[in-house]
Amino acid sequence: MDLHVVGPAATPDERAAVDAVLDPEIGVASGWTGGERSPGDGHVAYGGHGARSRRDLLLPALEALQGSAGWVSRGGLNHVSRRLSVPPAEVYGVASFYALLPTTPRPPTVIHACDDLACRLAGAEALCAGLEAALGPAGDADDGADTTWLRSPCLGQCERAPAALVTIAGSAPRARAVAPATHTTLLDAAATPGDSPDPDPERVATLVPQTGDPGLRLLARCGSVDPTSLDAYRASGGYEALARARAMGPGAVIDEVTASGLVGRGGAAFPTGRKWAAVAAQPATPHCLVCNADESEPGTFKDRALLEEDPFAIIEAMTIAGFATGAELGYCYLRGEYPLARARLENAIAQARAAGLLGGDAGFDIELRIGAGAYIAGEETALFESIEGGRPEPRNKPPFPVEFGLFGKPTTVNNVETLANVPLLLRLGADAYRAIGTGGASTGPKLFCVSGDVARPGVYETPFGATLGDVLALAGGVRDDRPLQAVLLGGAAGVFVGPDAVGLPLTFEATRAAGATVGSGVVLVYDDTADLPDALHRIAAFFRDESCGQCVPCRVGTVRQEELLARLAAGRPLGSLDQELALFADLAQGMRDASICGLGQTASSAIESALRAGLVRFAEPAEPAGATA
Amino acid sequence: MTAQQDLDRIFREPPARPSRVPEAPPPPAREVVELTIDGTPVTVPAGSTILEAARGLGIDTPTLCYGETLTPVNVCRVCVVEVAGARVLAPACSRKVEPGMDVRTDSERVRLARRMVLELLGSSVEVDLAGPALPDGSIAGYLERYDADPTRFGPPAAAAAAGDRDARQPGHHHAPAGDAPAAATVDQPVKVDNDLYVRDYSRCILCYKCVEACGTDAQNTFAIAVAGRGFDARISTEFAVPLPESACVYCGNCIQVCPTGALMFRSEHELREAGAWDEPSQTVTDTICPYCGVGCTLSLHVQDERIVKVMSPLDSGVTHGNLCVKGRFGTEFVQLLPKGTRLPGDPPAA
Repeated sequence: MDLHVVGPAATPDERAAVDAVLDPEIGVASGWTGGERSPGDGHVAYGGHGARSRRDLLLPALEALQGSAGWVSRGGLNHVSRRLSVPPAEVYGVASFYALLPTTPRPPTVIHACDDLACRLAGAEALCAGLEAALGPAGDADDGADTTWLRSPCLGQCERAPAALVTIAGSAPRARAVAPATHTTLLDAAATPGDSPDPDPERVATLVPQTGDPGLRLLARCGSVDPTSLDAYRASGGYEALARARAMGPGAVIDEVTASGLVGRGGAAFPTGRKWAAVAAQPATPHCLVCNADESEPGTFKDRALLEEDPFAIIEAMTIAGFATGAELGYCYLRGEYPLARARLENAIAQARAAGLLGGDAGFDIELRIGAGAYIAGEETALFESIEGGRPEPRNKPPFPVEFGLFGKPTTVNNVETLANVPLLLRLGADAYRAIGTGGASTGPKLFCVSGDVARPGVYETPFGATLGDVLALAGGVRDDRPLQAVLLGGAAGVFVGPDAVGLPLTFEATRAAGATVGSGVVLVYDDTADLPDALHRIAAFFRDESCGQCVPCRVGTVRQEELLARLAAGRPLGSLDQELALFADLAQGMRDASICGLGQTASSAIESALRAGLVRFAEPAEPAGATA
Repeated sequence: MTAQQDLDRIFREPPARPSRVPEAPPPPAREVVELTIDGTPVTVPAGSTILEAARGLGIDTPTLCYGETLTPVNVCRVCVVEVAGARVLAPACSRKVEPGMDVRTDSERVRLARRMVLELLGSSVEVDLAGPALPDGSIAGYLERYDADPTRFGPPAAAAAAGDRDARQPGHHHAPAGDAPAAATVDQPVKVDNDLYVRDYSRCILCYKCVEACGTDAQNTFAIAVAGRGFDARISTEFAVPLPESACVYCGNCIQVCPTGALMFRSEHELREAGAWDEPSQTVTDTICPYCGVGCTLSLHVQDERIVKVMSPLDSGVTHGNLCVKGRFGTEFVQLLPKGTRLPGDPPAA
């Protein structure tokens, strides 16, 4: 490819940061400079072909650049472009998609303050006001300032709201979640960063309040087994399931998963066994495996609990899935806002490799990929694009991933919680696993992310069949025993239900019949003092910010939806209130029917449900329509 | 026989003639797919798209991002159709036909979806020039057919300042201002940074066609890509540098495929600005490019004895609509001949 790269060169630090990522993978050759020069005149450079096929290193290279300089500069981008033979315009297109890869100068230290649904209920706006008083408006920084702050969508720390993520660029880039945060603790964290994420001892008990409960299955190790030690994992039954799987053979493992009735826990509830069988049967090779750990649905933090407190279980589960579906390499795509989960996974992968459980003779290895701030990258086909080094824009389906997935190969993509169920069901056996829960699609245990106005927010495990009221009771009920106003089930792409739904069993079947959803297991609780119209507005703003912009219904529709809600909240509808509601209905239907992916298709679902159930009623305009100019 | 005799026989004796003239093997039977479109059974070759099948039946399906010479990206969603049994609508331009498919191209859901797409585009982008470039009808006709009213979302917001949209960072919220926000648009000043063509992104519907033409579908230059995300997504060079600083080679193949007039010859832009663009008075003359030996067909658009635009027919077997900078922009010399110059073959002076 004839690249046209002009403009400034990278600084030595930027070059070093990028080369440190690329050299181990592609050597020092590049598609731009080629490999070794011909000895005589130096005119000919052979080689460098390897670099051209490694566009999948684009995102890691850009992340290295950001970690080193705090932003993606033109010189740094040019260097990445040359080394990987990707045109600079395309590299810019990729970098400018991700919220954590700024393409304008930014101070090295950035406080990302969450102002999303759960944190709003815990004073996120006050936190932002404090940051604004100390550091100036969000995103603004004086020349030479070393700290700035930004608003962020949900950081997945909802049990300790309000939360923030502090990132510090430099020769050793660091990131740390701070929660619960005040603007003073945040400024302290920005000024005196710990070397590594430094979990506070109370953290696990807050994250998993059921810690130590003997009835736990998925969360059994959380808080009781050292998540940094392979030996501790093995001593607690770890890798028994893999041994069992190896003894059974791939086909029998898939049969067992199918018989267990396990369905995907990421939100779509697709039967896992059917997915595995479809991939295993594909003639094209190699088969790919992806663990979707890009947990970004507002209010969702269950996968973080598993990744931080039981990382070896996910690695074992991926190894089993790779064995069953015939994949030799698995990618784990973790969202960039989870520094502790990243450290724990890196440690677990390294220990498993050292013990011969990954890589080499094990016949399976795992590559960890880190997201850079894009909700849509959690959509399975967008995730493939992200790993491949493209813009994470969802693909049209069909073809489905089981046939045409990562790198165009048959691909199994499973959510973290789904995978966590696999070792469990292999140890118990499909029949015993099926006996947990209510049968049908709702077998096994389920994790719920309870947050908002409850006494003890956290990740809770119950067998399928527990009602909304049961889950609320586990979390100590509504905080201060206040009356319940509403519950958001399934996250921003989910559904609001009213207090009359406390008897609703949170199973796939019962929620579907009630027009609700289990989704990703979000149970976000609003008491009678909560400002629901504000929550609706935040949801609309979220989808506006996170739409990839590829298709018209979602790109413009999410903007129009937010504008419409702002008009209604201000009591200044265009025409009458009925006219606005009719417009909203058309908008919602158009986005649901014509959008490419689930983001656009569900972007109005929560708002629609709140209006339909009468949980939010907007007032007729104070003055007659047309009176305002 | 000796080895030498063997060789002699092989090299000197012609092989026996076949008893009959050899025939080409029979062509493989073309697989066909039977499906139903709007209640009419239709049989089309396997691998066809729903759009091709519908056009075969004479059903007019609107398209914006679809181009015969480009890979379908199915992003505009104006061609969506209802496939019985599917949860959501399918893009006709890229969905392949399947046996037994039951397709509706004019159901209530389809009409509403197309109406919303047209209203959302019409309320955020200047689409008034989208008509003539569309091969199969004007956007005004489609707005009318689907009863689309882009003003339903309120008055349009003020235009962004030059460079403002290029500088937007993903994830930064650009909240609607005031109590009664106006409808956000992509309105912004025209980018005029070279002598040959202009980029008016107020007219850009983000159909990806120019990116495809600049990339692997035609030119392989990769000067532009989609940057940013969501409503702030835009076509851009790296860091929005002006075209002369980018990889652009001015082949103009992006102008050729742009369906909305966002990419335009500078000559056309200036005439339009001056209110002097007069399409009905123009003539279009096909000729062969005078430069190299490839023989590309040029369609010269001439107004008042001046070449104001050079295109190439999409169905030309030589160009498929693609030209290089010389054919596209190198015709100015025609105008530089002194007045009254006589060329070989000119009719005799009166």
